[in-house]
Amino acid sequence: MSVTLVRPYLAIFAARFLMMLQYRAAALAGIATQFWFGAIMIMALSAFYASGRGSASITLAEAITYTWLGQAFLGLLPWNVDPEIAVMMRTGNVAYERLRPVDTYFYWFARAMAWRAAATLVRSMPLLIMTSAVFELAGLGDWSLRPPPSFEALALFVLSMVAVVLLSSAITTLLNISVVWTISGQGINVITNSLVIILSGMVIPLPLFPDWAQRALFVQPFAGLVDIPNRIYFANLSGGEALAGIALQIAWTLALMALGHLLMTHTMRRIQVQGG
Amino acid sequence: MPQIAVQDLFKTYRLAERQRGLVGAARGLLSRTHRYIEALKGVSFSLDRGELVGMIGPNGAGKSTLIKILCGILEPSSGRCEIDGRVPWNERIHHVARIGVVFGQRTQLWWDLPVIDSFELLRDIYRVPEAKFRPTAETLISLLRIEQLLHQPVRQLSLGQRMRCDIAAAMLHSPSILFLDEPTIGLDANSKLALRDFIKRLNRDKGVTVILATHDMQDIEALAERVLIIGNGRILRDGPIAAMRAETSGERRLVVDFSEDIGDIAIEGATVLSRTGRRVEFAFDPGVTAAHALISRLTADHGIEDLSIEEPTIEELIASFYTSHGAVEA
Repeated sequence: MSVTLVRPYLAIFAARFLMMLQYRAAALAGIATQFWFGAIMIMALSAFYASGRGSASITLAEAITYTWLGQAFLGLLPWNVDPEIAVMMRTGNVAYERLRPVDTYFYWFARAMAWRAAATLVRSMPLLIMTSAVFELAGLGDWSLRPPPSFEALALFVLSMVAVVLLSSAITTLLNISVVWTISGQGINVITNSLVIILSGMVIPLPLFPDWAQRALFVQPFAGLVDIPNRIYFANLSGGEALAGIALQIAWTLALMALGHLLMTHTMRRIQVQGG
Repeated sequence: MPQIAVQDLFKTYRLAERQRGLVGAARGLLSRTHRYIEALKGVSFSLDRGELVGMIGPNGAGKSTLIKILCGILEPSSGRCEIDGRVPWNERIHHVARIGVVFGQRTQLWWDLPVIDSFELLRDIYRVPEAKFRPTAETLISLLRIEQLLHQPVRQLSLGQRMRCDIAAAMLHSPSILFLDEPTIGLDANSKLALRDFIKRLNRDKGVTVILATHDMQDIEALAERVLIIGNGRILRDGPIAAMRAETSGERRLVVDFSEDIGDIAIEGATVLSRTGRRVEFAFDPGVTAAHALISRLTADHGIEDLSIEEPTIEELIASFYTSHGAVEA
C-alpha cells in the first residue's frame, strides 16, 4: 500500500484525534465517574466473594484487576453513535462526506478509531496510575490493580488491546452507518448501550457468569472488547488460549468490517440527501 | 465533444408517509404507505468546457437533485450522464476528485478548526502534492482576500467570510468543474459582488466550467450567459437570459397618482393591480393597448398628479414564467 493511498485516512485520523484531545474537562469528569463506578463495583464484588458459596473461576484480586482495567479503558467501549455523524446526517452535511475522493467506509472507520482512541488515551493513564501505584502506597493494596504476572502476559495484553481498538472502531462504524436509516442515533444508543456493557463484561466479569454460558459468552463479539484482553492480562487466558482469544477478536473485527463495508455501499446507493 | 452530457434523467424518490395521530402511528409500525415523488422527469442538456451556466427554478423544482446527481452522490432512477467520459455515480471516487462543490447552506470546513487547518486537511484528503497545493492556496487566498481569516476557527466567521473560505476550499484541488448551489444565499451586497467577481475570473481566466444554481436573479444577470430554467423536474427553457426577457416581457405597469379621491375605477385595456390612497397600479399589455392611448383615456376623466410606466423586474419575469408553465410546487 502506498503512502498516497492511505494519506486521506491518516489525515482524518490525526485531525479528529487532536481535536478530541482538547476536551480536557470531559476527560476529567470521565476519570472521576469511572473511579467512582469502579469503587462501587469492587465493593459489590467483595461482598459477593465474602458471602458466596462454592468457588469462583477467578479470584477476588483478579476480579478487582479486571474491573479497574475495564474502567480505565471504558472509552474504547463502542456503546454509542458518534454525535458528529448524527448531526451530519440530520443537517444533510453527509453530502460533503460523499464528495470526498475516499472510500466512505474506511473514512468513517478512521474517524471512529480516532474518536475512541483519543477519548481513551486521556482517561486511561491517570486511572491506571491511580489504581495501581497510588493505591499500593496508600495502603489499599487489596483493592488495587495488580501488575501482570509475566512479561508474556503483558505483551499479549498489549496485542489484544490493539485488537480492541480495531474491533471497537468496526462496531462504532456499524452504529454510525445505522444512523443513515434512523436519522437520530438515540434509539441505537439505548439498545447497544446495555448490550455492549453486559456482554463485554463491564458489569460483571464474564468468568463469573454460570458455567453453561461460558462458551457462548467467549465467542460472542463483545467479549473481545473487555473480557478477552483483561483475562489475558492476569494470565487467566495464556499461551494458546490467549492467542485463540486474540484470533477471535481479529476474526470478529474483519467480519464486522466486511459487513460494514457492504452496508455502507448499500445505504449510500439509496441515500436521499434531504432539503436544500 | 461536450464536457457534460445529460440525457433523459429521471429521479423518483420514495418517501414513507406518516399517518395522523396515535392510531396512525401504531398502524405505521405494521405497514407503511409510500409516496413517490418525481423530482426529475426527463432532463437533457449538454455543456461545453469553460461554459458558465446559470440554473434557476422555484423551490422543489429539482435543481438540487440534478446537482447531486451530477456530483455523483445520488443515483438517478434512469437516464444517462457523462462528465469528461465518467458516469458520476458509478465512478464516484474518481469523479469527485475532479470537481469542486459548494452548497451555500452548508459548510465543508471543520467547525472547530482554524480555516488553514481545514485547508490542509482537504489537501491530504484530495491527495494534492504540497508543491502544487502551496501556489494554488496562495492564489485563492489572495483573490478571495481571506489572509486575515486563516487562523480563526470557522465557527467565529461571519457568513460572508465563511462563504469565501468555503469557495476557496472547493478549489484547492484545482477541479475543472465547479458546482455552486446557492452560493450567495444570505450574503450582504459587498460579499455578493466579491463572490461574483471571483466566479467570473475563475471561469474566464482559468477556464473552469461553472454550474450555478441560485434564486438570486442578479447572480444570473451578472454571470451567466446561458440559463437553464427548471420547473417540475423538467428543463423549461435553455438559452440566453436576454432571449427570455424579450419573450416574456409583455406586461407593463402603469402607476398613477390621482389628484382627487376616486372611487372604483375601470379603464378599458388595463386591469387594476392595487390601490393605496390616491395611487392606483394598472397592468396592461403594450401589444394590445398603447400606453399613450391608456393615458389619454385616464386624463380625459380624472385629474392626475404623476404617473410612471414600469417594466417588470427580472424577479417578476421569472415568477410569471414559473406560473405560466405551472412550475410552482403545490
